[in-house]
Amino acid sequence: MALIEAERVALRYGGPAGTLALEDFSIAIEPGEFTALVGPSGCGKSSFLKIVSGLHPVSAGVARLHGRPIDGPQHGIGMAFQNATLLPWRTTLANVLLPLEVSRDHRATFRQRRREHEARAVELLRTVGLAEFRDHAPVQLSGGMQQRANLCRALVHEPEILLLDEPFAALDAFTREELWGVLQDLWLARRFTVVLVTHDLREAAFLADTIHVVSRRPGRIVATRRVDLPRPRTLATTFEPAFVDLVHELRDEISRVRQA
Amino acid sequence: MSDQARLTLAPWVATALLLLLWELGCRIFAVEEFLLPAPSAAVTALVQYADAIWHNAIFTLWVTLLGFALAVVFGLLLGVATGASRLAYAALYPMLIGFNSIPKVAIVPILVIWFGIGAVPAVLTAFLISFFPIVVNVATGIATLEPELEDVLRSLGARRSDILLKVGLPRAMPYFFASLKVAITLAFVGSVISETIAGNRGIGYLMLQASSSFRVPLVFAGLIVVAVMGIGMYALFAWLEQRMTGWAFRGQRPVVG
Repeated sequence: MALIEAERVALRYGGPAGTLALEDFSIAIEPGEFTALVGPSGCGKSSFLKIVSGLHPVSAGVARLHGRPIDGPQHGIGMAFQNATLLPWRTTLANVLLPLEVSRDHRATFRQRRREHEARAVELLRTVGLAEFRDHAPVQLSGGMQQRANLCRALVHEPEILLLDEPFAALDAFTREELWGVLQDLWLARRFTVVLVTHDLREAAFLADTIHVVSRRPGRIVATRRVDLPRPRTLATTFEPAFVDLVHELRDEISRVRQA
Repeated sequence: MSDQARLTLAPWVATALLLLLWELGCRIFAVEEFLLPAPSAAVTALVQYADAIWHNAIFTLWVTLLGFALAVVFGLLLGVATGASRLAYAALYPMLIGFNSIPKVAIVPILVIWFGIGAVPAVLTAFLISFFPIVVNVATGIATLEPELEDVLRSLGARRSDILLKVGLPRAMPYFFASLKVAITLAFVGSVISETIAGNRGIGYLMLQASSSFRVPLVFAGLIVVAVMGIGMYALFAWLEQRMTGWAFRGQRPVVG
């Protein structure tokens, strides 16, 4: 059974006369799968993440998690956006711990289990290469390091699903490619389910098992590509013909979508 | 001289220059003392009436701080309410703006009718004139919470109260402390206005008495005392701001590139 399913979902913002972000949007995402949604900007890709996270109800159709309709904030979901939004008055470690302090599932026991949580957060920071920066303020971290901490914050409660909305879009090319590797390592080690929204086709091809191309607004899926490149993928992978061809095909799809 | 030393000296030098020009102007043009007394005359009055000035200044300071304390409590509560709830914002903001547009001088007579002459109208005027910047700043700090962060926390099932406590309020603190500096100087304006119109004690009352008997140097001595108290309180709250919200002042200084 698919972990996340959407059947002919529509999403309209701002009442019956508002903007139609998604229409006739159907998708099925398996547990542990790394899915990427690519499409022109403003196509409603991010809206799908709002539906999965329970932040916005569907206007039509049905979205399910574990086979149950999504009707509000769900358990076991982590989110990260382009903007790292770390709290400047907290240390890196305290930022990573924030979800455990406020989440419905952990806030009651946070104080008793603080040591255990801290150990887990420190371990996460170590995996992304930030162990020695645990007590630094976010302003002391570079953009790439802030985004690593942001990933840790999204994963600290060991969510089943990680929702990423253009997480690396604000970074320079080198840092971005470095973080692809960091994210892939985290995913290979923990095998959570990822939904990545991006307009970077190389990023999608590098990271994803499945890439869905989303049409212009109102968004729906117009093409789906499996990516069978072996893991772990490296920067060398991005120069292989199979990878280059895939990116070209995706680019053609996007051009068609944009002209449609 | 180092740049730092220059910066430290600059306000003293600038003030001394102004006083010097004022003194020279009065002497060169032989300005009558009841029109514009020279700083030296004001200082002489300050020394001569030190006792009376001291008692009245302390009184005004207390009145001001009391009004200011009310403004802090009320301003924080109202700021949190209007910052956290769009409904409260829509409902209250026009009223707040309207209220802030009313000259507080016009309110003092009403306060006197209600509470009589004395400290109460002065406390209330100080409060009424100084709470507005606190409300606006706290509300802005809370309302400008990044929507992405709010999404992250809400998707975890976080309560609104938790988001407010862990993110909204700390975020608003730099705005809050910045507003305190403005509010404390406004509070002095409020209390002195009220004392001048309808007081029986305080530095404003003293200045009114002095001017009605043409002891203009004493009026200027009172003005200097008010200005010094204002600067002192401003400095205190600027220091507090640095202490409490130092994180907001740290520049971008990455450890690695």
